[in-house]
Amino acid sequence: MREITYAEALTEALREEMRRDKAVFCLGEDIGRIGGNFGITKGLQKEFGEDRVRDTPISEDAIVGASLGAALTGLRPVPEIMFSSFLGCCWEQIWNQVSKVRYMSGGQVKVPMVIRTVNAIGRSTAAQHNERPEAMLMHMPGLKVVAPATPYDAKGLLKAAIRSDDPVIFFEQCFLYYTVKGEVPEGDYTVPIGKADIKRKGSDLTIATYSNMVHKSMQAAAVLSKEDGVEAEVIDMRTLSPMDMDTVLESVKKTGRLIVATDDCRRGSTGAEIAAEVAEKGFDYLDAPVVRVATMDVPTPFSKPMENYIIPTPEKIVAAARAMLEG
Amino acid sequence: METMLRMRKFEEHAIEIFSEGLMGGVLHTYIGEEAIAAGVCANLRKDDYVTGTHRGHGHCIAKGSPPFRMMAELMGRKDGCNKGKGGSMHTMDFENGVLGSNGIVGSGIPIATGAALSAKIRGTDQVAVAFFGDGATNRGSFHEALNMAAIWDLPVIFVCEDNKWAISVPREKSTRIQDLSTRASSYGMPGAVVNGNDAMAVYEAAKKAVERARSGGGPTLLVCDTLRQRGHEEGDAQEYRPKDEVARAKEIDPIKIMTKHLIGHGYMTAEQVEALYGKVEAEMADAVARARKSEFPAPEEALDDLFSEVV
Ligand SMILES: Cc1ncc(C[n+]2csc(CCOP(=O)(O)OP(=O)(O)O)c2C)c(N)n1
Repeated sequence: MREITYAEALTEALREEMRRDKAVFCLGEDIGRIGGNFGITKGLQKEFGEDRVRDTPISEDAIVGASLGAALTGLRPVPEIMFSSFLGCCWEQIWNQVSKVRYMSGGQVKVPMVIRTVNAIGRSTAAQHNERPEAMLMHMPGLKVVAPATPYDAKGLLKAAIRSDDPVIFFEQCFLYYTVKGEVPEGDYTVPIGKADIKRKGSDLTIATYSNMVHKSMQAAAVLSKEDGVEAEVIDMRTLSPMDMDTVLESVKKTGRLIVATDDCRRGSTGAEIAAEVAEKGFDYLDAPVVRVATMDVPTPFSKPMENYIIPTPEKIVAAARAMLEG
Repeated sequence: METMLRMRKFEEHAIEIFSEGLMGGVLHTYIGEEAIAAGVCANLRKDDYVTGTHRGHGHCIAKGSPPFRMMAELMGRKDGCNKGKGGSMHTMDFENGVLGSNGIVGSGIPIATGAALSAKIRGTDQVAVAFFGDGATNRGSFHEALNMAAIWDLPVIFVCEDNKWAISVPREKSTRIQDLSTRASSYGMPGAVVNGNDAMAVYEAAKKAVERARSGGGPTLLVCDTLRQRGHEEGDAQEYRPKDEVARAKEIDPIKIMTKHLIGHGYMTAEQVEALYGKVEAEMADAVARARKSEFPAPEEALDDLFSEVV
């Protein structure tokens, strides 16, 4: 099968969905001519016109609010928020409107919209462009939260998100866009929202992770296998809300050990949620306390030595695994 | 003139540092727009406040921030004005009244409004200035802050740096009106447009606004008409932009205009201008050399400054 980048997979998903369904349209800052900050919508305005690939003013609150209005009235908007840091500017719409309207209306309406946004870390752009706020969104009932790690999942999950009748916050990762390539089928397929995927089989230890950290976890798993003879099972959560805990619990039942590797801040994180679920439902399977490898609890500093210090790395996962296996 | 030259030379060095790979992140230059910060800040005292943008080096320099500390910040060093925690988009220098450059477009506007509110409550005669781009005027923060400043007669000047672009989106695609200063009337404050490449014109217009603010007259919206000379950020090839506009931006260079004015009116000779260039260049070269030698912070310093007390 052909290999394409994570970025190309996303573009392809958008193109195919826009061809398939006239109700699908994109809007966001700079998405037309330059295809957005990372070129994901590049070429789409040429094919679908300015009506369906719409440059907006710098008005995040209105981008999301208008998308909601369009979603409530028959369209399937796919707004792009240039960096997930800027979700702060449209928090009200996401929190008080988008996530609540279906429920509050007693199920009168559907909210078929996908907010695409970009997580970043390790780019020396300091705290205001380096955010991983998925835990905050996971904490809002009514939203689906998706964060693919591979080109295959990116295409399949974006298509599933666009076809979903619920609001989806779709976290892309700027490091993956052009560095990660993988096999992606041409044409149509979807990856179900709410299902984790075992990216590597193992028997000694489970690493639950997603997005960028899947790749770091795979690197760590390779080191552990080679240097320690330890086989780690790497579970890519893929969807954070709803969350597929069955796959994690089944794995922990087998391995008895769990590391949660995420690149959001540790306190109140996605990792905390996974750890809590395992503590509640899988306590008896555990041979050791669950360990979280995450970003330290500070905003992201600009300077490289400091940024590197706070970021979770494959080495930190390996060290956590070794400590766990020894202890 | 000297202030504008400082900004220009600072950023010429910053571009070099960036291209050498000594600076992480992104670099948005203020080149071509220097007359705005210089003209406005020439009316300000050290204890007045400004909030800047992602294109904020000029605002800091015009407010008196030391170039060495700024350059060290761009390079992520310990001596940086933010101790390496902020970088180019976020240079902050509270000692000189710089409440922060900002990575979030439009978010400095309410902050300046709050600083003006504070001055009013504390009974000082300080004023605050918010710098922002034309793109930022489409955010709610702009509208909410202008309204608030107007109803409370706050001593704040809203300075729009209208360079006609928000990254790749031209102004006419995001704003229906031609004259952004008319927005002032929606909130009940005076609004004016000036040639943002003419430092004297900016100075005069800002002078009026600052006097009005300082004497309790309330806020003003000042729109400074200008053009970006370079890409949105370094590395932006500007394929979306008409070539002749870039050429025009260079033609109306604020430093060229000022030089012509100074020499034309006999305020300075060509030699004196050249000597000034030399002086500023030496000053900047020294700042850069010192910044290059400055140390990186220890990795653990990443954990400092989060809370004011140890918890
Ligand atoms: C709230 C927010 N939305 C989007 C961005 C991304 N962004 C950075 S600069 C910029 C354009 C800003 O245009 P303008 O305000 O006119 O300032 P200029 O760059 O022209 O000086 C955009 C969209 C951001 N930093 N913050």
